Amino acid sequence: MLKRVSVLWQNIRQLSGDDAYERYLKHYAEHQAVQENLEPPLSREAYFKQWQDSKWKGMRRCC
Amino acid sequence: MAYQVQWPSVIVGSLIYTDVNYYKIIHMYKNLKVIIWLAVGLLGTFALSTIALNRGESINALWLITAAVCIYAIAYRFYAAWIAATVLTIDETRATPAERLDNGRDFMPTNKWVVFGHHFAAIAGPGPLVGPTLAAQFGYLPGTLWILIGAVLGGAVQDMVTLFFSIRRDGRSLGQMARDEIGVIGGTAALIGTFLITIILIAVLGLVVVNAMKHSPWATSTVAATIPIAMFIGLYMRNIRPGRVLEASAIGVALLLFSVLAGGWVDHNATLRVLFDREGLPLAYAIIVYGFAAAVLPVWLLLAPRDYLSTYMKLGTVVLLAIAIVILRPDIHMPALTQFIDGTGPIFGGKLFPFVFITIACGAISGFHALIASGTTPKLLANERDIRMIGYGAMLLESFVAIMAMIAATVLEPGVFFAINSPAGVVGKEAIDAVAKINSWGFAVTVEQMNQLAKDMGESSLFARTGGAPSLAVGMASIFGKAFGKNLLALWYHFAIMFEAIFILTTLDAGTRVGRFMLQDMLGNFNKKLGETSYMPSVILTSALVVAGWGYFLYIGVIDPNGGVNILWPLFGIANQMLAAIALCVATGILVKSGKLKYAWVTALPLTWLVMITTTAAYQKIFSDDIRVGFFAAANDLSTKLAAGALPADKAAVAPQLIFNQHLDAYLTVFFVAVLWIVIIDMLAVCMRHCAGKPVLPLSEVPHSATQLDDLWVRD
Repeated sequence: MLKRVSVLWQNIRQLSGDDAYERYLKHYAEHQAVQENLEPPLSREAYFKQWQDSKWKGMRRCC
Repeated sequence: MAYQVQWPSVIVGSLIYTDVNYYKIIHMYKNLKVIIWLAVGLLGTFALSTIALNRGESINALWLITAAVCIYAIAYRFYAAWIAATVLTIDETRATPAERLDNGRDFMPTNKWVVFGHHFAAIAGPGPLVGPTLAAQFGYLPGTLWILIGAVLGGAVQDMVTLFFSIRRDGRSLGQMARDEIGVIGGTAALIGTFLITIILIAVLGLVVVNAMKHSPWATSTVAATIPIAMFIGLYMRNIRPGRVLEASAIGVALLLFSVLAGGWVDHNATLRVLFDREGLPLAYAIIVYGFAAAVLPVWLLLAPRDYLSTYMKLGTVVLLAIAIVILRPDIHMPALTQFIDGTGPIFGGKLFPFVFITIACGAISGFHALIASGTTPKLLANERDIRMIGYGAMLLESFVAIMAMIAATVLEPGVFFAINSPAGVVGKEAIDAVAKINSWGFAVTVEQMNQLAKDMGESSLFARTGGAPSLAVGMASIFGKAFGKNLLALWYHFAIMFEAIFILTTLDAGTRVGRFMLQDMLGNFNKKLGETSYMPSVILTSALVVAGWGYFLYIGVIDPNGGVNILWPLFGIANQMLAAIALCVATGILVKSGKLKYAWVTALPLTWLVMITTTAAYQKIFSDDIRVGFFAAANDLSTKLAAGALPADKAAVAPQLIFNQHLDAYLTVFFVAVLWIVIIDMLAVCMRHCAGKPVLPLSEVPHSATQLDDLWVRD
């Protein structure tokens, strides 16, 4: 039961984008670090700006 | 083995351990499944025949819900599964664009429930709420049948195949796919069609909000309050606590609910009241200014936070409505069919065929969805096997929202429903005239009843509140009121208005912004500088052009004594169905080119139907002699009356603009049909060339590469 609630909570966080920064850090550690890309990861603030701007480039809502 | 028999093993316990018994169990399990699906089928048939054949006093709304759920379940389990397995031949071993092009931002393998949530939130807007409410003038039956059948055989199929083809093409958009697979003409037509439909959609939605706020200080102040609330949440997410989306949203939702309450105080305060008690035109100007500001301002300040709030409101209210309907099991008071199927309906003119199919676009089949299914969604899906759930399943849920809107409209007494939704131009400005007219149609309603209802809902009047939003809000308030507390009717009413307004305004500002991008993209072909999305003069120019486009239609709609919705909504329906037909054309073309001619009917069938209804509707809108249907007929009628001096001064003043607009609408309709037929002929030519063995544009599907994802952890 507790596990289910926590899975649900994880999904809600992912759905809303609440954990986007944590996911980005994970993605960074897995991909960019391997490619010897030595640029440090973005700060939470800078990442959120980039994330929000990129989300609103295309068709997002309809009738 | 053990995995497969898990479920029956609960029932049969220890029998599982011998081989012979294993087969028995499998056999039992299969039988059980057959029995369950037979039962679902029988229940669905029974529910459907009950709602279709009932000619008695009233029918319980639960029958509609039952019929819908059974039909959705069977269609999803059998038809959608067959399309996925046999027609599309979905390949679970294939890596999706999300995996191959993973960049941690737009391309990203994502949990299927999260994708479902994003996709549903994107496709379900105000359309499935407004359309069924307007179409209820024909009675509850035609709209309900079209919502069910249209979604199962048309809309959900369109969404699913478009999603599939886009996933096989690196998440390319509908316009790009049309260009790659059919040709430049098809691609250009899809692009222009998308732009025009956006303009008309925004105008009609703006009109719905204006009509909901007209002379309602409570609604106007609440809707106005959503703007500073959204901006505060935007600042909060950006600067105060960056990226804490859930926390900020929770604060925002609390503030929104408070704004509904505070609107009541404004309504009761004599000085504040006059501040928000406005005519239609000033409200329309305010919305136009707002739309421009929202398109020019950075997204994080207004657009993004408003979108969050509207999504939570939308999902929450839809769930609440479903619970309330199941608890309350309200009776439907609207007859199955009304006399207005002959085309004399007060809400919009035109016969049942084709106008019920035009009026209910979203909820049955909506071309706009193809843009989402070929936009953000295909870039997130981790495995092709989830295409059925996301593409087909999300559309079924939207169809269910449309059924609930139909219920909310038809639980009202028909007399009340028509009193709210009939424009003053049809039933007369005075309450007494309106009531007499509605009584003459055979629907009982009194002035006292309407006044009492308006008082209960905290409004000054509910006569001629066209657009669908007020009547939906009255329906929802009466359902919520009965289910969760009757004393709060006025609060529920304004909550429903706020809920509708907030995501209408979200569609409005997001649409304006997308329209701006499309326009910049097109202008970029002529002048490079204009195509840059961050070049400020271009941003202001293109935003102003887009806002002027929909602002014009909104303005005309507001000054039109017949309410404007009766003109704009059919135009929007035709445009939306045209876009759906383009999407189905692209899908049919790809199916034929992939050597699946014998399955092409899956998309060709809804395509044929859409072509029939849009062409018929367009023909009638252009050539009909009925002044409530034909654009030219209405324009001629108005000019004759104007020339003869038969119009009262206030109508004569706006008549020239209305005449011009009727002509414009007629040419726009001609243009839509022309675009549709060009794409169809183009598609047919491609198919025939292919079948004759002649060369056509090659399939643009990317080659197979095996998935590396141990996808269980990503998907579930």
